[in-house]
Amino acid sequence: MTDSKYFTTTKKGEIFELKAELNSDKKEKKKEAVKKVIASMTVGKDVSALFPDVVNCMQTDNLELKKLVYLYLMNYAKSQPDMAIMAVNTFVKDCEDPNPLIRALAVRTMGCIRVDKITEYLCEPLRKCLKDEDPYVRKTAAVCVAKLHDINAQLVEDQGFLDTLKDLISDSNPMVVANAVAALSEIAESHPSSNLLDLNPQSINKLLTALNECTEWGQIFILDCLANYTPKDDREAQSICERVTPRLSHANSAVVLSAVKVLMKFMEMLSKDLDYYGTLLKKLAPPLVTLLSAEPELQYVALRNINLIVQKRPEILKHEMKVFFVKYNDPIYVKLEKLDIMIRLASQANIAQVLAELKEYATEVDVDFVRKAVRAIGRCAIKVEQSAERCVSTLLDLIQTKVNYVVQEAIVVIKDIFRKYPNKYESVIATLCENLDSLDEPEARAAMIWIVGEYAERIDNADELLESFLEGFHDESTQVQLQLLTAIVKLFLKKPTETQELVQQVLSLATQDSDNPDLRDRGYIYWRLLSTDPVAAKEVVLAEKPLISEETDLIEPTLLDELICYIGTLASVYHKPPSAFVEGGRGVVHKSLPPRTASNESAESPEAAPTGAPPVEQPDVIPPQGDLLGDLLNLDLGPPVSGPPLAASSAQMGAVDLLGGGLDSLIGGTNFTSPPAAAVPASLGAPIGSGLSDLFDLTSGVGNLSGSYVAPKAVWLPAMKAKGLEISGTFTRQVGSISMDLQLTNKALQVMTDFAIQFNRNSFGLAPAAPLQVHAPLSPNQSVEISLPLNTVGSVMKMEPLNNLQVAVKNNIDVFYFSTLYPLHILFVEDGKMDRQMFLATWKDIPNENEAQFQIRDCPLSAEAVSSKLQGSNVFTIAKRNVEGQDMLYQSLKLTNGIWVLAELRIQPGNPSLTLSLKCRAPEVSQHVYQAYETILKN
Amino acid sequence: MIHSLFLINSSGDIFLEKHWKSVVSRSVCDYFFEAQERATEAENVPPVIPTPHHYLLSVYRHKIFFVAVIQTEVPPLFVIEFLHRVVDTFQDYFGVCSEPVIKDNVVVVYEVLEEMLDNGFPLATESNILKELIKPPTILRTVVNTITGSTNVGDQLPTGQLSVVPWRRTGVKYTNNEAYFDVIEEIDAIIDKSGSTITAEIQGVIDACVKLTGMPDLTLSFMNPRLLDDVSFHPCVRFKRWESERILSFIPPDGNFRLLSYHVSAQNLVAIPVYVKHSISFRDSSSLGRFEITVGPKQTMGKAIEGVTVTSQMPKGVLNMSLTPSQGTHTFDPVTKMLSWDVGKINPQKLPSLKGTMSLQAGASKPDENPTINLQFKIQQLAISGLKVNRLDMYGEKYKPFKGIKYMTKAGKFQVRT
Repeated sequence: MTDSKYFTTTKKGEIFELKAELNSDKKEKKKEAVKKVIASMTVGKDVSALFPDVVNCMQTDNLELKKLVYLYLMNYAKSQPDMAIMAVNTFVKDCEDPNPLIRALAVRTMGCIRVDKITEYLCEPLRKCLKDEDPYVRKTAAVCVAKLHDINAQLVEDQGFLDTLKDLISDSNPMVVANAVAALSEIAESHPSSNLLDLNPQSINKLLTALNECTEWGQIFILDCLANYTPKDDREAQSICERVTPRLSHANSAVVLSAVKVLMKFMEMLSKDLDYYGTLLKKLAPPLVTLLSAEPELQYVALRNINLIVQKRPEILKHEMKVFFVKYNDPIYVKLEKLDIMIRLASQANIAQVLAELKEYATEVDVDFVRKAVRAIGRCAIKVEQSAERCVSTLLDLIQTKVNYVVQEAIVVIKDIFRKYPNKYESVIATLCENLDSLDEPEARAAMIWIVGEYAERIDNADELLESFLEGFHDESTQVQLQLLTAIVKLFLKKPTETQELVQQVLSLATQDSDNPDLRDRGYIYWRLLSTDPVAAKEVVLAEKPLISEETDLIEPTLLDELICYIGTLASVYHKPPSAFVEGGRGVVHKSLPPRTASNESAESPEAAPTGAPPVEQPDVIPPQGDLLGDLLNLDLGPPVSGPPLAASSAQMGAVDLLGGGLDSLIGGTNFTSPPAAAVPASLGAPIGSGLSDLFDLTSGVGNLSGSYVAPKAVWLPAMKAKGLEISGTFTRQVGSISMDLQLTNKALQVMTDFAIQFNRNSFGLAPAAPLQVHAPLSPNQSVEISLPLNTVGSVMKMEPLNNLQVAVKNNIDVFYFSTLYPLHILFVEDGKMDRQMFLATWKDIPNENEAQFQIRDCPLSAEAVSSKLQGSNVFTIAKRNVEGQDMLYQSLKLTNGIWVLAELRIQPGNPSLTLSLKCRAPEVSQHVYQAYETILKN
Repeated sequence: MIHSLFLINSSGDIFLEKHWKSVVSRSVCDYFFEAQERATEAENVPPVIPTPHHYLLSVYRHKIFFVAVIQTEVPPLFVIEFLHRVVDTFQDYFGVCSEPVIKDNVVVVYEVLEEMLDNGFPLATESNILKELIKPPTILRTVVNTITGSTNVGDQLPTGQLSVVPWRRTGVKYTNNEAYFDVIEEIDAIIDKSGSTITAEIQGVIDACVKLTGMPDLTLSFMNPRLLDDVSFHPCVRFKRWESERILSFIPPDGNFRLLSYHVSAQNLVAIPVYVKHSISFRDSSSLGRFEITVGPKQTMGKAIEGVTVTSQMPKGVLNMSLTPSQGTHTFDPVTKMLSWDVGKINPQKLPSLKGTMSLQAGASKPDENPTINLQFKIQQLAISGLKVNRLDMYGEKYKPFKGIKYMTKAGKFQVRT
């Protein structure tokens, strides 16, 4: 006899019959009837009409019947709120039952009934159950608080349940602790600002103790909670890591991955010289490998996370390449992920193996996978220079197979290889040209055309080849059209005599017959360049292209650091921060890796930064000795501002924008002599907006032309500590651009040359926008003034103090390090004026904890003077009010990284002290904003 | 946490839904169906599917999709592990996990699911505890229940729920006390054309069946514990003791459980117990191809290789195959192009082989891809890694239990490229 009998119906009508049975006197019949109801419910049939009859069955000693009725109630109470009240009494009574199972069941079920009227009655029983003597009831009640919070958050706060829940973290029973943590984490998720899970060394200790004893699921909750904690020093981090590592051997993969998250995060704080650091690295590899032998779904999630881990710490899995080899019956989503990780792990040591595998994959059945495998060969060539030759020959082998999609894919990657190693593998061009006719995908066609254009002088029939493409010009995709236009112009510049007709044809096709603005614009530019100054045209079009590098597919370091904090979560599967996809845009707290701090580190003053030891290890930024020229080149390429990354990324996208790349490098080469309007959009996105708003401000007459306040130069690097080089400087902000004004003085007895500068990662991503230009060698006792333009697109790392900037300067003698504090007002952007309504809303929106109040003493200025002085430094007054004789100024400002700071400034006539209240979502900046205010107002 | 669960059969019908929070409309599964359509095979449906308001995480087991709906940031592994636990529980309760069985026991299924999660938080997932809360259906119990009117819902708090050994119930009694351990190893390997090993690794488990009275405390030691450097334990194993002495010490759960799983990776030399000699040739012009494979033993420590089956997905161009095996039976499905050969036991004196011709599509060029050969086999009384149990001792109880250790090696994903 099975439950399928519950689905049989009779002619009379199911509901009618059930009703009769539910009201039967016989217990057994009643129970069977409720079972039938539940069975209908599970398959999605609507049985809500039976509500009163089912609820009538609730008063019973039979636990199974009770549970069944509860199941029904949970499903339908919402649709029948008035009827649901009928059940309240039974619940309240059950909460007093001597059997803990029944007490727990009652409180658990009540929480699931999402009806406001019922929740009111729930409070008292819940309060009792939270303090119940039986841990089973307490742990159930803990979860119930989270349920209730979801229905009525205010009620939970008013009733003080949150505090009771916090107390449960210290409960003697580990399951209760785990459930309390889970409930608090869930509540905290909807209130990101509230400090519900107040983690301190004591509570951490309790959690770690509970971790060993609670269920696997509880361990996940506790580990995830631990990951949010920031240990105060490396010793604490290490002791937590030691207590978490046993979790790596757990059978539950979610526990393992959560433990990996905690370890990866806290590892950041450990010094690399520590023995323990090495031990930890070794311990991390086996559990990650084990995850790959699990079911495919688990493998997939694990692989996405491993992808992040190998980018952050490649050393962990560098010997484990083989486990990522693809089995032919892996699901496709696992195959593609494995392939990606194989490329990331590829190195000179294992490249032969990897290539052999990739070649094998290129003969598989699945088209998507084969394509990706071919691409992977190209990426290996770009990543491991020594293997390039072998990769190219592998690709040629594959082209010989004549499998259409393999050939096309191979041509696309060979183009990338040409861009990485120009003038090295051109001998293969002939083979490529043989396959010209079989190319039918735009990307492959575009790649082939690029190759023909780029090496036109070496291909005898380049003009014929390109002409053959030109016939169907209008049927091609934009990508191909653009490429064809550029390629023919290149050809013309290389062989002007034979191809005049061709170039005219393509220019007229692009400019006169095309509707595509991109194509038209590019056509016109070429046309004008060619007609006015062919030499310039040559310089632009045939300019040397920046090399592409393998880093284009890496996740940006700041994002990577954030994602490491989200290992094991959905964010790690999508490789996006939760703020990018979490439902409803509920404020998501950005997580960041803890900075590395030593426990015995003293608060060193910035001026006295030790010159001997570098502030933070930067192995490849400034090598101590070596080829100076090479060093300088490295330094120039260091800050991610110039052309290469941009051009490389566009190459990655397939559309090789040669014009953009060409212009870039041209402008870069000639030191910004070209019109700045073109230079700015090409190299940096951000300043355009501010530049434009500057113009508007100027026209409306509000702007203060003088720019923001500039502090006098201070000595940053005394000559004594830098072998005779003295550096003093200050920061300025003028019309949207920040610069560092430096004075370099040579107090040594020898000539100084080869200057270069580099910044460490800092809180706002300040980085030099141009190399340090010291044109003539600096003779003894001579000094030179330089203004170094800065931008804010560098790597970001939170510094302590926030405005600390660590700088390395090198010359022909040595490398010197110093750190300085920059005034925050150089980061106030020109479009920092907030709309009035916006201001009000934002002010209310920011929680009061984030408000900070400061006194600015001895500043006898009127409201107008204050306002105009601040305006000069991009602090905008939005409104002014006079309250009881005091002037209140409401001001806003925006930092370069988009953080808004709202200010209220109170000025009492006759009192030289001003009161400044600052509100900001990132309260740690307030202190520095206040300092900036003080500096601006007092000067 | 986990919001809802939908069970979907391979023809795309939702045959069960369970909500732990508010009800999520089943229309959310439409996104799943879309993904299912895009994926050519059920196995290729991506495990994580985003929808505008929810995320769908699914596993495919026993021809059923278990689709969990979540709304907030939840560790996906947590959800997937939980779904596996659901599948295991069903199997444990009903013997098999299939659509008809779930439909037949829909009320029990519903009760069990309700016990497993509360508000999306796992509540009781240990089958020991669940079985105390809700008794699995047996024919006897159904009969008894109908006569006496008693129920299959336990009304006592499960004893293990809150003790320090939540995996074991108290008051266990057996007349025959016995503890059996199976050391089972699976070899995953990829062998290339020339017969050399590209990767090989061993996934081992120790499954236990322990029926002991009272609260026994067991220790299990190995002759060569060095092999076990990558292990995952059942929560009952005392980790500290393992770390310091390399001895497994534990109070076992009652009944069947997996004590430990381990991984012996490619770095250590993995012995490959079989080899496959193959010669598969397509010729460009001819519409006939030649096919020959031979299977033979290699490094088996003198044990017999049994239960050998060879399967291979032939290229699309192969229309039919006419083959003769020296032993066993073979089939070729001209629709799926799947060749399978049930070899049986390998006799080292007379190696099994399968020879013949393939008829190819006339006029078509030779296939691009080479077929991969999949191998299944079993070797009794051998753990290929060489792992050996030294001794098993019991403390805490007075009686003498029967003890037994069994070894077995199987092929996992064992592939030979041609």
